[in-house]
Amino acid sequence: MADPILQVSGLSLRYQTRHGEVKAVEDVSFKLLPGQVMGLVGESGSGKTSVAISLMRLLPDNARVTGGQVLLDGRDLLSMGFEEVRSYRWHRISMIFQAAMNSLDPVYRVGDQILEAIETHNPELTKREAQERIAGLFQLVGLDPQLTQRYPHEYSGGMRQRAVIAMSLACQPDVVIADEPTTALDVIVQDRILRRLKEIQSDLNMSMVYITHDIAVVAEVTDRIGVMYAGKLVELGDTSDVFGSPIHPYTSALLSVFPSIRGPKRELVTLPGEPPNLIDPPAGCRFHPRCPYAIDACQTEDPPTVERGSHWAACWNPLPVQTGPQETSGPVSLEEQ
Amino acid sequence: MTVSSGLPDIPSAAGSPTPLVRVESLTKLFPMSRGLFRRPSAHIHAVDDVSFELFEGESFGLVGESGCGKTTIGKLLVKLMEPTGGRILFQDDRDTAGGQTLTDIVDTSGKDLKEFRRKAQMIFQDPYESMNPRRTIFDTIAEPLSVQGIGSPPERMDKVRDLLELVGLTPASTMLFRYPHELSGGQRQRVAIARALVVEPTFVVADEPTSMLDVSFSTSIMHLMSGLARQLGVTYLYITHDLAVARYMCQRIAVMYLGKIVELAETEELLSNPLHPYTRALLSAVPSPDPAHQRDPVNILGDVSAPVNPHPRCRFHDRCPMAAPQCYVESHPPMEDHGGGHLVACYRV
Amino acid sequence: MTPQTDPQSSVPPHGTEPAPTNLTAARVRLALRGFREGWSIFVESRIGVIGLAVIIIFALMAISHPILMATIWDEATYDPVTGYAFDQIEQPAPPSWAHPLGTDPLGRDVLSQLLSSTASEFILGIVAALVTVSIATMVGAVAAYYGGIVDTLLMRLADLVVSLPGLSLLIVLSALFDLNLFMLALLIGVLGGFGGSAIIFKSQALSVSVKPYIEAARVAGGGRLHIILVHIVPNLLPLSFLYMMFTVTGAIFSEAVLSYFGLLNIRMSWGIMIHTASTAGYLLGGTKYWWLIVPAGASITLLCSTFYLVGRALDEVANPRLRRR
Repeated sequence: MADPILQVSGLSLRYQTRHGEVKAVEDVSFKLLPGQVMGLVGESGSGKTSVAISLMRLLPDNARVTGGQVLLDGRDLLSMGFEEVRSYRWHRISMIFQAAMNSLDPVYRVGDQILEAIETHNPELTKREAQERIAGLFQLVGLDPQLTQRYPHEYSGGMRQRAVIAMSLACQPDVVIADEPTTALDVIVQDRILRRLKEIQSDLNMSMVYITHDIAVVAEVTDRIGVMYAGKLVELGDTSDVFGSPIHPYTSALLSVFPSIRGPKRELVTLPGEPPNLIDPPAGCRFHPRCPYAIDACQTEDPPTVERGSHWAACWNPLPVQTGPQETSGPVSLEEQ
Repeated sequence: MTVSSGLPDIPSAAGSPTPLVRVESLTKLFPMSRGLFRRPSAHIHAVDDVSFELFEGESFGLVGESGCGKTTIGKLLVKLMEPTGGRILFQDDRDTAGGQTLTDIVDTSGKDLKEFRRKAQMIFQDPYESMNPRRTIFDTIAEPLSVQGIGSPPERMDKVRDLLELVGLTPASTMLFRYPHELSGGQRQRVAIARALVVEPTFVVADEPTSMLDVSFSTSIMHLMSGLARQLGVTYLYITHDLAVARYMCQRIAVMYLGKIVELAETEELLSNPLHPYTRALLSAVPSPDPAHQRDPVNILGDVSAPVNPHPRCRFHDRCPMAAPQCYVESHPPMEDHGGGHLVACYRV
Repeated sequence: MTPQTDPQSSVPPHGTEPAPTNLTAARVRLALRGFREGWSIFVESRIGVIGLAVIIIFALMAISHPILMATIWDEATYDPVTGYAFDQIEQPAPPSWAHPLGTDPLGRDVLSQLLSSTASEFILGIVAALVTVSIATMVGAVAAYYGGIVDTLLMRLADLVVSLPGLSLLIVLSALFDLNLFMLALLIGVLGGFGGSAIIFKSQALSVSVKPYIEAARVAGGGRLHIILVHIVPNLLPLSFLYMMFTVTGAIFSEAVLSYFGLLNIRMSWGIMIHTASTAGYLLGGTKYWWLIVPAGASITLLCSTFYLVGRALDEVANPRLRRR
């Protein structure tokens, strides 16, 4: 197996708030191999975006990394000085933001914004060379190079997302982190962008961390997936294995609450309760208050790691191995009323 | 647990006597203003000559991409906007002598409007913005009762408690005097459902009630809504961009494109046998949660545009992979029945 | 395995209170809780606490005057307007035990004048601010929610008031009419409130009036009055309160200016104190007669800046984005 290009080990992150300290990310570890696409799935508040922004060292002021390392080619991003991080950011590791997050400045032409990024990180390029690169990037993401001279408000939502992707690729990074890049888009536009992103990824043999709440998107784009719940990574493995036979009850629940338009109409399962308050997370497994398989040990002690082939999960009472096509008659089957 | 699959049998479109709501040639144009005293130079055809019927106890899905006019239809139906043209007919329960009659609500005002507000309610998309942050859960749910002068304060309190129990916010007494920001998104959407149901309406417009919620919450809300529909006999106009959600919530689905309904059929029929090229594209664009599944390519050209003074031709002709010369000359195709109430607006089917 | 059966078993995020039984009691408790939360943010900003402390000192000064008059000060000597310090040979007399801040050119006790004016300064400032903010809030809310011609008319009127030179107009009006304190407060309130703050309130009201909860209230059957009073105005109140604080400052300042010109029919005020010193020619006397100017001048400055400081602290309470966390 090749050496990982990105290795996160024991990452823990807290936010200071008025109400107390939010334990947003706790002991998250994973590896990303060159050319691999890893999905990070979870609901809001699961810590997936916090992991992403700590990989980019873009944490807000009230955040504090309390432990762990983020190694990019063996160098720890978290202990680097500010200037060194700046030289890594965009150049070695970059991020595709949700276009809805206004990652394009409305008062500058889109092309100029990308140009600025290139000029900062590749000062050796002439302006002409940089502009040629931008035109190439626009073609790569499926935008007319003429559009570089337009302002963001002249773009549609899908075009803006493409421009944001082009921007993230401007300095030819080794690792790209995509944070919900298609969430705000309609399905037809989403489909086009996902297809284009996959093509680019395999053409450039780019490594990617893909963050989303959408199980179906993860299934289509990723090689490996990590499932996060309440700040912890609860299951990690090859996408087909995790989908085929989930170990953790939360993973299984995530898969079975997802409505699909294909195949016979199966019953939708509900996941009861609410995610925990991370100021004071539950002891033991953080999922135990909502877990139908919880046993006594889950309530007090941290769950052990269960390994199964390419994937593992942190669970006291793992689900049995599933064979054949997944029948989601629902491991989590609860009455609503 | 059979909530999702246990929806009541709907009367087939042909067999039912009187619909609860009948929408006839509904049109809403938004002027594109160019200054205070100048006449608008163009109009956005948000809803353009749309007709459909809703039957009692049915959940009718309105599906389409953003900007297709689905939310505008929802707002027109609860009189948050006035239509530019067309009629919205509601079943009139005052006249019981000679069976049910339909009344046009477009020009309703005053006392009749108040009466209408008891019959038709709406659940909004954004659970964070659809509640006044300065009002308690009790005030929020009791608002329709208090502004319409229904019941005494203690009676309203009892009613709100009952509804909180009904929507699963228990124990109700701990919820009554909280503020929206103290609740999670899923809990807020339950409050929004309680507010819509507190006047015991017969018709509820649900505008993407689950699209802003996490998946685990959204299934609970879907279960709750279909359960309540059965229990209380509520008819939904369910607006969503997500066909998978519509599959679980609706007996019939209408697909909208740029202000027009292009296809309308019973849910499983629409999903298994889509006839309009746009519906097909929409269906094949939905990602599949099965890593082994390979989707068909999405057959659609170009990008969606805004319906500003659109050509009288088929709205979809410039993006259609199978457009014929006819589609470039004739006006927008009429809705035609292709068997069993499966209506399609396309010359090429 | 123990399947969980209660779908709502999760612990609520914040402390739950015991089930309320009485609607009014519950509302009172909520209001108190809201006040406590706001207070805890308010005290975190030191400027607010300092400001509040100074306001309390002024309030005590206002209360102390009638008490002193009733107890140790005799009316003939200490009345702020008609008194005369017979115990002093020369007027104005410098500070002494009997007259801690000395006397003015007409032989009246300066401390007594200062204390007796405090109450009227407060009343003036607060009445003017209430008037201003009520007008601005209603104009803003109505203009934003009604839109169209109503909006246009109200906003042009606001523009007109903004473009009028407020203080000069006040000088003209107070020269033409015999204004008492209350009329002056109303006038300052109307002229101050209808201008810039109405425009600011309207923009705030506009951002409220497009919220989905306004649509929800319409679907619930709420009329225009209900929506304006129940949904829009309460969401403007934090801003209103803030502007009130700033308007108090302006009102006190305007009064001081008008009194200085001697245009007001007011018994005593800080402005009149300075006016008296000025007309008797002591304003140019350097620091020799400091007690004629400094107490009143410092009070005006301090009270104005104090309300401003409290306003700034309240801004933090009302506006979570300004908080440090």
